[in-house]
Amino acid sequence: MYGNDVIDPNVPLNAAETAAYDEAAAHVEGRAVGEASQGGFDALIAADQRIEPRDAMPEKYRETLIRQIAQHAHSEIIGMQPEGNWITRAPSLRRKAILIAKVQDEAGHGLYLYSAAETLGVDRAELLDRLHDGKQKYSSIFNYPTLTWADCGAIGWLVDGAAIMNQVPLCRCSYGPYARAMIRVCKEESFHQRQGFEILWTLMRGTEAQQAMAQDAADRWWWPALAMFGPPDTGEAAKGGGHTEQSMAWGIKRFANDDLRQKFVDMMVPQADKLGIVLPDPDLRWNEERGHYDFGEIDWDEFWRVLRGDGPCNAERIEHRRSAHEEGAWVREAATAYAAKQASRRQESAA
Amino acid sequence: MSGASTPPAEPATDTATPAAATAAGTVAGTVADTVADTPQAPPERSWPLWEVFVRGKRGLSHVHAGSLHAPDALFALRNARDVYTRRQEGVSIWVVRADDITASSPDEKDSFFDPAADKIYRHPTFYDVPDDVEYL
Amino acid sequence: MNADVSPVNSANAPSESEEALPGAAENGPTGERPEAAYLLGLADDAMVYAQRLSEWMTNAPQIEEDMALGNIALDLLGQARALYPYIGSIDGTGRGEDDYAMLRDERDWRNVHLVEQERGDFADEMARLLWFSAYQVELHTALTGSSDDVVVGVAGKALKEVRYHLDHASLWVVRLGDGTAESHRRMKAALERVQPHLAELFDDDDASVTAAELGVGVLPSSLHDGVVARVRRVVQEATLTLPDASPWRSRGGRAGIHSRPMGYLLAEMQHIARSHPGATW
Repeated sequence: MYGNDVIDPNVPLNAAETAAYDEAAAHVEGRAVGEASQGGFDALIAADQRIEPRDAMPEKYRETLIRQIAQHAHSEIIGMQPEGNWITRAPSLRRKAILIAKVQDEAGHGLYLYSAAETLGVDRAELLDRLHDGKQKYSSIFNYPTLTWADCGAIGWLVDGAAIMNQVPLCRCSYGPYARAMIRVCKEESFHQRQGFEILWTLMRGTEAQQAMAQDAADRWWWPALAMFGPPDTGEAAKGGGHTEQSMAWGIKRFANDDLRQKFVDMMVPQADKLGIVLPDPDLRWNEERGHYDFGEIDWDEFWRVLRGDGPCNAERIEHRRSAHEEGAWVREAATAYAAKQASRRQESAA
Repeated sequence: MSGASTPPAEPATDTATPAAATAAGTVAGTVADTVADTPQAPPERSWPLWEVFVRGKRGLSHVHAGSLHAPDALFALRNARDVYTRRQEGVSIWVVRADDITASSPDEKDSFFDPAADKIYRHPTFYDVPDDVEYL
Repeated sequence: MNADVSPVNSANAPSESEEALPGAAENGPTGERPEAAYLLGLADDAMVYAQRLSEWMTNAPQIEEDMALGNIALDLLGQARALYPYIGSIDGTGRGEDDYAMLRDERDWRNVHLVEQERGDFADEMARLLWFSAYQVELHTALTGSSDDVVVGVAGKALKEVRYHLDHASLWVVRLGDGTAESHRRMKAALERVQPHLAELFDDDDASVTAAELGVGVLPSSLHDGVVARVRRVVQEATLTLPDASPWRSRGGRAGIHSRPMGYLLAEMQHIARSHPGATW
């Protein structure tokens, strides 16, 4: 890949841009052979090197990353709610402790990710405003309600399972801060999936009512979990003009939605068997020829409907988040005011 | 984030130093553009950004772990404890205002780092010595 | 754990032993020890406050604070979980942690009213946390000299935790008190609101007196001055003053007499466990 779209040829160069220009020119001349790590954006991408915060980068790359990382961070923060509302009701103290720690992790993941996004020159407060104003999305999965205790198990097992499948490749994302945040996130996520499996495992070996609760939760979360990988983007669908192709070229995305979804199904079917849970898909069967499980058609109409705001909990999630933020405004202002007072007191005593 | 692959601090704003501002000149405008669609009311400013460095265990250096927001240094340290050492990842924490970090910038990269490339005599492998000399 | 003990019968055990065996031999005929009732008060305080603090998750003023309050809730929950099985081993019932947490009715809980009050605004929580953690610092410092090795162990671990809680609350109370006009007003009001629930922390109820006589516990009244001194320092730095005593004060938590929010707290906390008798989770 050659050409460097950071430099707009129509914009006259000034002194401040000389270095960047030299770099681009050097790159175009092909001088960078053997010096890929010193070269421009495209050379770094081509060499599978990481882009770091203050490297020059195409505007679209930066925009795509801000959007994706912010959306990812928002998903973690909004994702605290469906399980968070079970903390006070967890049926045992052990489960309560695990759940608090898990929801805490989600807050932590949100923070790691916001800080990665901030390396791109955007402020967290702005990102939160965009979330609260509905200008940026979060994962649609969290627009479904958690109706029973078993939903905490289903979220850990299915939703976190799907999230890990999506996130592990992001540990190799071309943008350094995002990749490093994801390494930390993935390390912590595996506890989440295991605790979810354990909840369901315990329920499936419990009373009839508990088994029914677990099956019901799996019935409700299976399809939304499959939809988490995003709309089809291989075969015919690849011509639809989604983000996948460009994101893959930039090393932001490493696998297609459909490939990750297939991998997820292949991983989950044996686990469901082990649990004794029947996955709610009559078309689910092993395909010897493909070496994969075939599965039924995902309801993409529902996916788009929920994504566009018409899901069971869209309004509730944003309202909850927004009111926590607004109710906390006076606290944040107080801390800022105190810090300013302290700074001026220090100045006075130094004077 | 842990391990040797972690680079030194990345001040999380592109305007951390004047040098950075010019280095980012080609892209700084684009960031402003993408943010331009935010609401009319003056948006709340975040608490200052702090970079967090954690010593994983005794005998190791502090390594950049990430960043966070806090109103002052005391809270930055405590928030760092809750955000970055929940799983015993550290025995010591440093926090530093991101604004206070001065970083080398990409446009200085060549003159900063390339001149070291030809000083290969700084490395022990540069020297030819007989194979059978011990402790050398 | 003794599965034969029904929750209703077993839940009465602590108060029975308290009345039947004041000052009696350390081990009663059925293995009941009188200090169990006292320890139950400590465990229930930690348990109920952990429950209240956990309500802040997703509701805190900043995401970093969600994590901080979650950590404090986890510490307190851990203190309760360390005490319940031990209490079960000395109160003659053999109950486990979930028997205590999930299967006791309101009248069998021994926590003070302070910790069961509904979650207010952030200033209310910091006022409560300041007082409660100052109390816990004094308490656990004293309990590290307990004659009971288990209590010494729990107190030693808890002391590290509650010092951090006190530090956290202190930082916030100072910032809210000496922050903006609004935060000053709110912090002042919060200190006034929490005031009626403080005296109860220092009441020398029968169980405490017994435990203190045995050398296992300490008289709550002996902690009063130290706690007030700690809180006063912080409140002064926050440019506030401690409010005068209110005309009424809470009473009775240690005897199982609770305020209105307690029943709702238990209903929420216990309903799943109680809806599935005998189930494992």
